[in-house]
Amino acid sequence: MTTATESSQQSFVLLRLGERRFALPASQVAELVAPSRVFRFPHKSPALEGVILRRGRMIALCDIAEQLTGKRLDTRRFNLLATRKYESQLDWIAIPVSGECELINSEMMDASSNDSPHVDGWLSHGGEVIEVLRLSALTPGPAETLLPAPLRDFAEARS
Amino acid sequence: MNFPSADKSHQPRTEQIILFRVSGQTFAISSASVQEVRSVDNIAGMARDLPESHLKKVRHSIRRGDRTLYIVNAAIHFGLQPQPASLVFFLRRTRAALLIDGIEKMTTMTRLQALSQAFQGEERNWYRGLTALDQAVVPVVYPEGFLSLEELTLLEAAQSSADTRLASSDNHGAQVQ
Repeated sequence: MTTATESSQQSFVLLRLGERRFALPASQVAELVAPSRVFRFPHKSPALEGVILRRGRMIALCDIAEQLTGKRLDTRRFNLLATRKYESQLDWIAIPVSGECELINSEMMDASSNDSPHVDGWLSHGGEVIEVLRLSALTPGPAETLLPAPLRDFAEARS
Repeated sequence: MNFPSADKSHQPRTEQIILFRVSGQTFAISSASVQEVRSVDNIAGMARDLPESHLKKVRHSIRRGDRTLYIVNAAIHFGLQPQPASLVFFLRRTRAALLIDGIEKMTTMTRLQALSQAFQGEERNWYRGLTALDQAVVPVVYPEGFLSLEELTLLEAAQSSADTRLASSDNHGAQVQ
Protein backbone atom coordinates (compact mmCIF):
# COMPACT_ATOMS: atom_id res chain seq x y z
CA MET A 1 0.00 0.00 0.00
CA THR A 2 2.77 2.40 0.93
CA THR A 3 4.65 1.48 -2.20
CA ALA A 4 1.62 2.21 -4.33
CA THR A 5 1.24 5.65 -2.72
CA GLU A 6 4.90 6.47 -3.18
CA SER A 7 4.86 5.47 -6.82
CA SER A 8 2.08 7.96 -7.56
CA GLN A 9 4.08 10.76 -6.03
CA GLN A 10 5.85 13.24 -8.24
CA SER A 11 8.43 15.94 -7.64
CA PHE A 12 7.27 19.53 -7.65
CA VAL A 13 8.97 22.85 -7.18
CA LEU A 14 7.10 25.24 -4.92
CA LEU A 15 7.54 28.85 -5.88
CA ARG A 16 6.46 32.00 -4.11
CA LEU A 17 4.71 34.90 -5.83
CA GLY A 18 3.96 37.56 -3.25
CA GLU A 19 1.97 36.02 -0.44
CA ARG A 20 1.01 32.88 -2.33
CA ARG A 21 2.75 29.67 -3.23
CA PHE A 22 2.31 27.75 -6.46
CA ALA A 23 3.85 24.58 -7.83
CA LEU A 24 5.40 23.43 -11.05
CA PRO A 25 6.35 19.87 -11.93
CA ALA A 26 10.07 19.58 -11.20
CA SER A 27 10.58 18.09 -14.64
CA GLN A 28 9.76 21.52 -16.12
CA VAL A 29 12.15 23.46 -13.91
CA ALA A 30 15.73 23.86 -14.98
CA GLU A 31 17.28 26.33 -12.59
CA LEU A 32 16.75 29.08 -10.06
CA VAL A 33 19.03 32.05 -10.70
CA ALA A 34 19.59 35.51 -9.32
CA PRO A 35 17.97 38.29 -11.32
CA SER A 36 20.24 39.55 -14.08
CA ARG A 37 20.16 42.25 -16.70
CA VAL A 38 17.04 42.23 -18.84
CA PHE A 39 17.71 42.91 -22.50
CA ARG A 40 14.85 44.74 -24.15
CA PHE A 41 14.23 45.15 -27.84
CA PRO A 42 11.14 46.07 -29.86
CA HIS A 43 8.45 43.41 -29.96
CA LYS A 44 4.67 43.07 -29.85
CA SER A 45 4.29 40.44 -27.15
CA PRO A 46 3.14 42.57 -24.21
CA ALA A 47 3.39 39.79 -21.64
CA LEU A 48 7.14 39.63 -22.14
CA GLU A 49 9.62 42.06 -20.63
CA GLY A 50 12.61 41.05 -22.70
CA VAL A 51 15.20 38.34 -22.47
CA ILE A 52 17.89 37.38 -20.02
CA LEU A 53 21.18 35.80 -20.93
CA ARG A 54 22.06 32.65 -19.08
CA ARG A 55 25.01 30.46 -20.07
CA GLY A 56 24.83 31.71 -23.62
CA ARG A 57 21.11 31.03 -23.89
CA MET A 58 18.68 33.90 -24.38
CA ILE A 59 15.54 33.28 -22.34
CA ALA A 60 12.29 35.23 -22.54
CA LEU A 61 11.24 36.82 -19.23
CA CYS A 62 7.58 36.72 -18.28
CA ASP A 63 6.11 37.96 -14.99
CA ILE A 64 3.10 35.76 -14.26
CA ALA A 65 2.42 37.18 -10.78
CA GLU A 66 -0.17 39.70 -11.91
CA GLN A 67 -2.25 37.02 -13.60
CA LEU A 68 -2.16 34.82 -10.52
CA THR A 69 -2.27 37.25 -7.63
CA GLY A 70 -3.67 40.41 -9.16
CA LYS A 71 -0.53 42.45 -8.63
CA ARG A 72 3.00 42.62 -9.90
CA LEU A 73 5.84 41.47 -7.72
CA ASP A 74 7.31 44.12 -5.43
CA THR A 75 10.48 42.13 -4.96
CA ARG A 76 12.11 39.79 -7.40
CA ARG A 77 14.53 37.58 -5.61
CA PHE A 78 15.12 34.97 -8.29
CA ASN A 79 14.24 33.99 -11.80
CA LEU A 80 12.91 30.48 -12.15
CA LEU A 81 13.99 29.00 -15.47
CA ALA A 82 11.37 26.61 -16.74
CA THR A 83 10.75 24.78 -19.97
CA ARG A 84 7.70 24.31 -22.12
CA LYS A 85 7.54 21.65 -24.77
CA TYR A 86 6.34 22.25 -28.32
CA GLU A 87 6.52 18.96 -30.18
CA SER A 88 10.11 17.89 -29.74
CA GLN A 89 11.43 21.38 -29.06
CA LEU A 90 11.94 22.71 -25.56
CA ASP A 91 11.21 26.39 -25.14
CA TRP A 92 12.69 28.11 -22.11
CA ILE A 93 11.03 30.83 -20.12
CA ALA A 94 12.19 32.82 -17.09
CA ILE A 95 9.66 33.60 -14.36
CA PRO A 96 10.46 36.12 -11.63
CA VAL A 97 9.65 34.80 -8.15
CA SER A 98 9.68 36.59 -4.81
CA GLY A 99 11.22 33.97 -2.55
CA GLU A 100 13.08 30.74 -2.16
CA CYS A 101 11.78 27.69 -3.98
CA GLU A 102 11.33 24.27 -2.44
CA LEU A 103 11.47 20.82 -3.95
CA ILE A 104 8.83 18.45 -2.62
CA ASN A 105 7.38 15.07 -3.42
CA SER A 106 3.64 14.96 -3.45
CA GLU A 107 0.66 13.40 -5.10
CA MET A 108 -1.18 15.66 -7.49
CA MET A 109 -4.93 15.76 -7.65
CA ASP A 110 -6.06 16.42 -11.21
CA ALA A 111 -7.78 19.67 -12.03
CA SER A 112 -11.49 19.58 -12.65
CA SER A 113 -13.41 21.21 -15.45
CA ASN A 114 -14.33 24.03 -13.05
CA ASP A 115 -10.73 25.02 -12.53
CA SER A 116 -9.05 27.82 -14.46
CA PRO A 117 -7.11 26.81 -17.57
CA HIS A 118 -3.83 27.63 -15.85
CA VAL A 119 -4.47 24.99 -13.15
CA ASP A 120 -2.99 21.63 -14.01
CA GLY A 121 -3.82 20.13 -10.63
CA TRP A 122 -3.69 20.55 -6.88
CA LEU A 123 -1.26 19.60 -4.14
CA SER A 124 -1.83 19.35 -0.46
CA HIS A 125 1.34 20.33 1.35
CA GLY A 126 2.03 21.65 4.84
CA GLY A 127 -1.61 22.39 5.45
CA GLU A 128 -1.88 24.39 2.25
CA VAL A 129 -3.68 23.55 -0.95
CA ILE A 130 -1.42 24.62 -3.78
CA GLU A 131 -2.18 25.10 -7.46
CA VAL A 132 0.05 23.24 -9.88
CA LEU A 133 0.52 25.64 -12.76
CA ARG A 134 0.12 24.92 -16.43
CA LEU A 135 2.77 27.22 -17.86
CA SER A 136 1.46 27.09 -21.40
CA ALA A 137 -1.75 28.76 -20.19
CA LEU A 138 0.09 31.50 -18.32
CA THR A 139 2.87 32.40 -20.69
CA PRO A 140 2.51 33.32 -24.34
CA GLY A 141 3.20 30.64 -26.91
CA PRO A 142 1.85 29.25 -30.14
CA ALA A 143 -1.81 28.33 -30.09
CA GLU A 144 -0.92 25.48 -32.34
CA THR A 145 2.51 24.13 -32.99
CA LEU A 146 4.13 26.41 -35.51
CA LEU A 147 7.58 24.94 -35.63
CA PRO A 148 10.08 25.34 -37.06
CA ALA A 149 10.80 28.92 -36.08
CA PRO A 150 11.48 31.26 -39.00
CA LEU A 151 15.19 30.73 -39.23
CA ARG A 152 16.74 30.78 -42.60
CA ASP A 153 20.20 30.20 -44.00
CA PHE A 154 21.91 29.67 -40.70
CA ALA A 155 23.10 26.35 -39.44
CA GLU A 156 23.69 27.09 -35.80
CA ALA A 157 20.19 28.28 -35.04
CA ARG A 158 18.65 26.51 -32.08
CA SER A 159 16.60 27.35 -29.07
CA MET B 1 38.82 6.55 -42.94
CA ASN B 2 35.54 8.19 -43.79
CA PHE B 3 33.92 10.29 -41.11
CA PRO B 4 30.17 10.60 -41.05
CA SER B 5 29.04 13.65 -42.98
CA ALA B 6 27.01 14.75 -39.94
CA ASP B 7 30.27 15.86 -38.31
CA LYS B 8 30.50 18.74 -40.75
CA SER B 9 27.18 20.17 -39.70
CA HIS B 10 28.38 20.51 -36.11
CA GLN B 11 31.20 22.83 -37.04
CA PRO B 12 30.26 26.33 -35.94
CA ARG B 13 29.41 28.61 -38.82
CA THR B 14 29.97 32.29 -38.72
CA GLU B 15 28.18 35.14 -40.39
CA GLN B 16 29.31 38.70 -40.97
CA ILE B 17 26.85 41.17 -39.56
CA ILE B 18 26.45 44.92 -39.36
CA LEU B 19 25.35 46.36 -36.04
CA PHE B 20 23.23 49.43 -36.57
CA ARG B 21 21.36 51.88 -34.36
CA VAL B 22 17.77 52.95 -34.54
CA SER B 23 16.42 55.31 -31.84
CA GLY B 24 18.97 54.11 -29.32
CA GLN B 25 18.39 50.39 -29.99
CA THR B 26 21.01 48.19 -31.56
CA PHE B 27 20.07 45.69 -34.24
CA ALA B 28 22.08 43.37 -36.46
CA ILE B 29 21.68 42.57 -40.11
CA SER B 30 23.63 40.14 -42.23
CA SER B 31 26.16 42.14 -44.21
CA ALA B 32 25.32 39.93 -47.19
CA SER B 33 21.82 41.46 -47.15
CA VAL B 34 23.09 45.00 -47.52
CA GLN B 35 23.91 45.99 -51.04
CA GLU B 36 24.86 49.57 -50.41
CA VAL B 37 24.98 52.17 -47.64
CA ARG B 38 24.35 55.80 -48.51
CA SER B 39 23.92 58.94 -46.47
CA VAL B 40 20.47 60.47 -46.35
CA ASP B 41 21.82 63.75 -47.75
CA ASN B 42 23.20 61.81 -50.66
CA ILE B 43 19.87 60.40 -51.77
CA ALA B 44 17.62 63.31 -50.85
CA GLY B 45 17.52 64.65 -54.39
CA MET B 46 16.60 61.25 -55.81
CA ALA B 47 13.81 60.33 -53.40
CA ARG B 48 10.23 60.86 -54.41
CA ASP B 49 7.35 61.72 -52.12
CA LEU B 50 4.59 59.18 -51.63
CA PRO B 51 1.85 61.48 -50.35
CA GLU B 52 -0.82 58.83 -50.63
CA SER B 53 1.10 56.14 -48.77
CA HIS B 54 -1.09 54.63 -46.07
CA LEU B 55 1.98 53.36 -44.31
CA LYS B 56 3.38 55.78 -41.80
CA LYS B 57 6.76 54.11 -42.01
CA VAL B 58 7.09 54.72 -45.77
CA ARG B 59 6.91 58.27 -47.06
CA HIS B 60 9.33 58.10 -49.96
CA SER B 61 10.45 55.88 -52.76
CA ILE B 62 13.55 55.84 -54.87
CA ARG B 63 14.24 54.55 -58.34
CA ARG B 64 17.21 52.18 -58.60
CA GLY B 65 17.76 50.83 -62.09
CA ASP B 66 14.47 49.41 -63.26
CA ARG B 67 13.09 48.96 -59.73
CA THR B 68 11.30 51.21 -57.32
CA LEU B 69 12.43 50.80 -53.73
CA TYR B 70 10.44 52.00 -50.77
CA ILE B 71 12.28 53.83 -48.03
CA VAL B 72 11.23 52.37 -44.69
CA ASN B 73 11.76 54.37 -41.54
CA ALA B 74 13.14 51.65 -39.27
CA ALA B 75 12.18 53.50 -36.08
CA ILE B 76 8.51 53.63 -37.04
CA HIS B 77 8.64 50.04 -38.28
CA PHE B 78 9.80 48.89 -34.85
CA GLY B 79 7.46 51.23 -32.97
CA LEU B 80 10.30 53.40 -31.66
CA GLN B 81 10.44 57.16 -31.34
CA PRO B 82 11.86 58.38 -34.66
CA GLN B 83 15.04 60.39 -34.62
CA PRO B 84 16.70 62.12 -37.55
CA ALA B 85 18.10 59.30 -39.67
CA SER B 86 21.50 59.65 -41.24
CA LEU B 87 22.00 56.53 -43.33
CA VAL B 88 20.08 54.37 -45.78
CA PHE B 89 20.67 50.66 -46.26
CA PHE B 90 19.79 49.41 -49.72
CA LEU B 91 18.87 45.79 -49.13
CA ARG B 92 19.38 42.92 -51.53
CA ARG B 93 16.45 40.86 -52.74
CA THR B 94 13.85 43.18 -51.23
CA ARG B 95 11.99 46.31 -52.29
CA ALA B 96 12.91 48.04 -49.05
CA ALA B 97 15.59 50.60 -48.33
CA LEU B 98 16.06 51.20 -44.64
CA LEU B 99 16.46 54.55 -42.87
CA ILE B 100 18.68 54.10 -39.82
CA ASP B 101 20.45 56.37 -37.36
CA GLY B 102 23.93 54.97 -37.77
CA ILE B 103 26.26 52.00 -37.95
CA GLU B 104 28.02 50.79 -34.82
CA LYS B 105 30.37 48.27 -36.31
CA MET B 106 30.78 45.19 -38.42
CA THR B 107 31.37 41.97 -36.59
CA THR B 108 30.87 38.22 -36.77
CA MET B 109 28.24 36.13 -35.09
CA THR B 110 28.80 32.48 -34.39
CA ARG B 111 25.38 31.62 -33.09
CA LEU B 112 21.87 32.66 -33.95
CA GLN B 113 19.24 31.55 -31.49
CA ALA B 114 15.67 31.16 -32.62
CA LEU B 115 13.23 33.61 -31.13
CA SER B 116 11.51 31.98 -28.17
CA GLN B 117 8.06 30.62 -28.89
CA ALA B 118 6.89 33.04 -26.22
CA PHE B 119 7.28 35.82 -28.77
CA GLN B 120 4.10 35.61 -30.78
CA GLY B 121 3.68 39.09 -32.26
CA GLU B 122 4.89 40.80 -35.42
CA GLU B 123 8.43 40.32 -34.16
CA ARG B 124 8.37 36.80 -35.57
CA ASN B 125 8.43 38.44 -39.01
CA TRP B 126 10.94 41.08 -37.97
CA TYR B 127 13.71 38.92 -36.57
CA ARG B 128 15.59 35.87 -37.74
CA GLY B 129 16.58 35.37 -34.13
CA LEU B 130 18.81 36.71 -31.40
CA THR B 131 22.53 36.69 -31.02
CA ALA B 132 24.72 37.40 -28.00
CA LEU B 133 27.65 39.73 -28.55
CA ASP B 134 29.91 40.98 -25.75
CA GLN B 135 27.41 39.86 -23.10
CA ALA B 136 24.59 41.77 -24.80
CA VAL B 137 21.62 40.45 -26.73
CA VAL B 138 21.07 41.79 -30.23
CA PRO B 139 18.09 40.99 -32.44
CA VAL B 140 19.08 39.96 -35.95
CA VAL B 141 16.64 41.44 -38.43
CA TYR B 142 15.07 39.61 -41.28
CA PRO B 143 15.55 41.87 -44.36
CA GLU B 144 12.37 40.66 -46.03
CA GLY B 145 10.42 41.52 -42.88
CA PHE B 146 10.37 45.27 -43.40
CA LEU B 147 7.62 45.16 -46.00
CA SER B 148 4.94 42.51 -46.21
CA LEU B 149 3.26 41.56 -49.45
CA GLU B 150 0.14 43.50 -48.40
CA GLU B 151 2.22 46.56 -47.62
CA LEU B 152 3.97 46.33 -50.98
CA THR B 153 0.61 46.21 -52.73
CA LEU B 154 -0.49 49.36 -50.91
CA LEU B 155 2.77 51.09 -51.76
CA GLU B 156 2.56 50.18 -55.41
CA ALA B 157 -0.87 51.77 -55.56
CA ALA B 158 0.48 54.89 -53.84
CA GLN B 159 3.43 54.94 -56.22
CA SER B 160 1.19 54.63 -59.23
CA SER B 161 -0.86 57.55 -57.98
CA ALA B 162 2.29 59.60 -57.35
CA ASP B 163 3.57 58.80 -60.85
CA THR B 164 0.31 59.98 -62.37
CA ARG B 165 0.50 63.19 -60.39
CA LEU B 166 4.12 63.67 -61.42
CA ALA B 167 3.24 63.29 -65.06
CA SER B 168 0.73 66.14 -64.79
CA SER B 169 2.90 68.49 -62.77
CA ASP B 170 6.58 69.12 -62.69
CA ASN B 171 7.61 67.87 -59.27
CA HIS B 172 11.19 67.65 -58.18
CA GLY B 173 13.17 65.75 -55.51
CA ALA B 174 11.83 65.42 -52.00
CA GLN B 175 13.45 65.84 -48.63
CA VAL B 176 13.91 62.44 -46.95
CA GLN B 177 12.99 62.32 -43.27
